[in-house]
Amino acid sequence: MKFSDFVATEAIRSHVDADTKEGVIREMARALVDAGKIGTADEESIIKAIMKREDLGSTGIGRGVAVPHTKHPGVNRLVGTVAVSSEGINFESLDGEPVQLFFLLVSPPDRPGDHLRALESISRQLRDESFCKLLKSAKAPMDIQHLLEEADGHGVVS
Amino acid sequence: MAAESRESLHNASEANSTGETISREVVVANRQGLHARPADLLAREARRWQSRIELVADSQRVDGKSILDVLTLAAEAGTRLVVEATGPDAREALEAIGSLFDRNFNEHAGSQET
Repeated sequence: MKFSDFVATEAIRSHVDADTKEGVIREMARALVDAGKIGTADEESIIKAIMKREDLGSTGIGRGVAVPHTKHPGVNRLVGTVAVSSEGINFESLDGEPVQLFFLLVSPPDRPGDHLRALESISRQLRDESFCKLLKSAKAPMDIQHLLEEADGHGVVS
Repeated sequence: MAAESRESLHNASEANSTGETISREVVVANRQGLHARPADLLAREARRWQSRIELVADSQRVDGKSILDVLTLAAEAGTRLVVEATGPDAREALEAIGSLFDRNFNEHAGSQET
């Protein structure tokens, strides 16, 4: 799966204002609403579901990256977005490091395979340290979009 | 002569301390597949052991101690994987990791949690 298959480019944020875990999740959910990817009526329950998932164990998977996610009947295909915090946010991540790079995913309840393949794309690319660094230092949403496109182009076809 | 026989005795009794690889097959049984939470549990367990732990799928071989690596398998429910362990505590490591799969990573079969 390619980033372009699930990342809503209009919802990419290169500078989040939030400085808390819930704050950044809210900001990203709002970005998806503004981009027309999730309905306003579902916004709050999606945020709640993502926070509930975080309670089970942080999705901060290390290297300054987190993948907050949930399943929700409000979407009929996998949607997601990317955000960067230049300062880094305490996300109770697995390695204890602050998180700078966020991939938020909302998938339909009946599509576990799509969710897995999105996680695969994200983790495969993030093993590349320089790709992580470039994303974290993005100045504008366009920079992030270009980096993701480049990764899609060079990525392993799956 | 003496040195030689001691060497073979050593090999026989500690066959596994010198880098022999042992493996076992596991099946991903959780309905949601090997998603973020089980991948985290697996990598954590693997890191507890000194041995090198690798997961082998059809076309991929990844480091079992790295959650990023484990996630790149995108192993759905029903996927068969081979866990390979190489090192002094390989046997114990395989047993511990195998038991995570046997217990479905403590997830209920119908769980919606990812």
